Amino acid sequence: MWKWLHPYANPEVSYHFTGKLIPWFAIISAILLTVGLGMGLLYSPADYQQGNSVRIFYLHVPAAMLSMGLYLGMAIAGLTALVWQMKLAESSIAALAPVGATFTAIALLTGAAWGKPMWGAWWVWDARLTSELILLFLYFGVMALQNAFEDKALAGKAASILALVGVINLPIIHYSVEWWNTLHQGATVSKFEKPSMSIDMLRPFLLSLFGFAFLAGTLVCMRFRAEIIERNSMRPWVKALAKEHN
Amino acid sequence: MTPTTPVLLSADKLTCIREDRLLFDELSFVVRGGDIIQIEGANGTGKTSLLRILAGLSQPYSGEVLYKDQVIKHCDDEYKADLLFIGHLAGIKGEMSSEENLAFYLKMHGLDASKAEATLDEVNLFGFEDAMASNLSAGQHRRIALARLWQSQNKIWILDEPFTAIDKAGVKKLEQLMLKHTQNGGAVILTTHQDLSLNSNDFSKIILEHQFF
Amino acid sequence: MQLSYRRAFSTILKRDLVIAFRHRDDILNPILFFIIVVSLFPLGVGPAANTLMKIAPGVIWVAALLSTLLSLERLFKHDYNDGSLEQLLLMPCPTFVLVLAKITAHWLITGLPLIIIAPFLGVLLNLHQDSYVALMLSLLLGTPVLSLLGAIGVALTVGLKKGGVLLSLLVLPLYIPVLIFATGAIDAASMNLPYNGHLAIIAALFFGSLTLAPFAVGSALKVSTN
Repeated sequence: MWKWLHPYANPEVSYHFTGKLIPWFAIISAILLTVGLGMGLLYSPADYQQGNSVRIFYLHVPAAMLSMGLYLGMAIAGLTALVWQMKLAESSIAALAPVGATFTAIALLTGAAWGKPMWGAWWVWDARLTSELILLFLYFGVMALQNAFEDKALAGKAASILALVGVINLPIIHYSVEWWNTLHQGATVSKFEKPSMSIDMLRPFLLSLFGFAFLAGTLVCMRFRAEIIERNSMRPWVKALAKEHN
Repeated sequence: MTPTTPVLLSADKLTCIREDRLLFDELSFVVRGGDIIQIEGANGTGKTSLLRILAGLSQPYSGEVLYKDQVIKHCDDEYKADLLFIGHLAGIKGEMSSEENLAFYLKMHGLDASKAEATLDEVNLFGFEDAMASNLSAGQHRRIALARLWQSQNKIWILDEPFTAIDKAGVKKLEQLMLKHTQNGGAVILTTHQDLSLNSNDFSKIILEHQFF
Repeated sequence: MQLSYRRAFSTILKRDLVIAFRHRDDILNPILFFIIVVSLFPLGVGPAANTLMKIAPGVIWVAALLSTLLSLERLFKHDYNDGSLEQLLLMPCPTFVLVLAKITAHWLITGLPLIIIAPFLGVLLNLHQDSYVALMLSLLLGTPVLSLLGAIGVALTVGLKKGGVLLSLLVLPLYIPVLIFATGAIDAASMNLPYNGHLAIIAALFFGSLTLAPFAVGSALKVSTN
């Protein structure tokens, strides 16, 4: 199956490979974020209705997009782990989950902070915020399940199954929440308008989106390497590595 | 043991790691029709883990178990039909009588459930047929589970410590049953703390040792 | 020898029902829990008829979710502890047959009583008179989904010592769509609006989980018995 994947299915090779990626990812991320967020927070036009509070958009939307994307990535890793019995895919679930959960939390907090000036309340049962909250629960589920198993291999398999079950349910939950929201719309809720983005906004937005994506990549790679070390602690190459560092 | 009998089960480079401890590394062997194989080793060397891997209940870290040259994952139904596994836990429900418990397992294997009552005599449970299993001891639960062997049509028996909880006469009886089973082309893989009283030509041993690395 | 799927299914189903009926507490306690939770709400929010009418669908359904959750652990826990679960997994029938039989037994013992008792709780909560049929139908279609999805959670946590709280964390988010459409159906009925669309969606959730959940449960059980 997929010959080109084989070298990376070796933990030692992936450990060194991701080690080489990290500095690049970190540098790219730092540059993109500085430029993107700088442009977005300082120079982009304020919204004629929302004023300066619109700027939180450059944080909120990338975080929300990445929170979903990372969950999808986790499910793909789960599928790989289950179908092709790839142990590294299990490690990558363990690496992805906390990063994804953090982005979900950021999306929720920035959403709430955005909601305060817009709706006058920190929390409104807006469809997107609600979906994001449920996504956070799903992340917590995967992480809690993973921590509950003492055996790392079993933890990885269990988390893979749960991530797959979650990803099948995620769109169903998302659409049911959206439907529920329109049903009960009467109260106060005005959804985030889909902003017809001007080029002045689009450019910083895309830059910060990719900046955050590379940041996520950096963090995931770092956690992934830690996972590999932990799982292979009895392997000679890990022992040699430990000696080198002492 | 004639080496010409067909290979039933083979272990191919099995490696087992439990909670960061290497139990056995690249273990390979074959089990032919007519074999009785005793897995020997001190506590914590992975005897039970090996049996569970052979039964398909646990996955090895690497390596495969093959049934008639097919990986057991790919011939699950066929393998399960030919396998009888009795582990540490007897799998007996306290809410059912001894007879109901045995009858359930016989039925699931497509056997005649009406023989359950008579079979319980073989394991010294005469008179306990209608007793709720919750009123019986753990040893008696194990004997209900072992009673399945007397009706079994399965080719491969995997037995984890089958002799605990039965008396000397019972051990003899069970050993004879295993011999009869192998003479009919079946195979037995077992662990036991006490030595088998069988003729040494009748069985072979696989010895697991502590791994240091 | 291999049994026909139907015989294997009915043998396991019968076994589980026999065990449940000889162990009646397990059937009764979740129902009592269901009743008690529902009767707490009028005490908490006050007995005003209009308020109760408004919250009745949500309260009954949330209580149904919680009482299902409470009964879920029984689905595999005892079988896991006494070794029957590994024996069942080794029986010469495909795992999904075993899983479906056990889930069916679970639903008959816990889901069905909820449906029977729900109208009485509707009376306690002053449920709108046009909503009763919708309540029953939504429970009839929805509770099997709860059993099916819940089984995935139990299968994943059955081998763990502290699985109980974790189970609710895994399972409750998955229950959200059922909750939304079921209460939506009951609300729609109270306003004399058609609600068969809601029921159709719950039915779709039912068939979806009926086809997919047994496989997830099967592979989760294999992880748990490992």
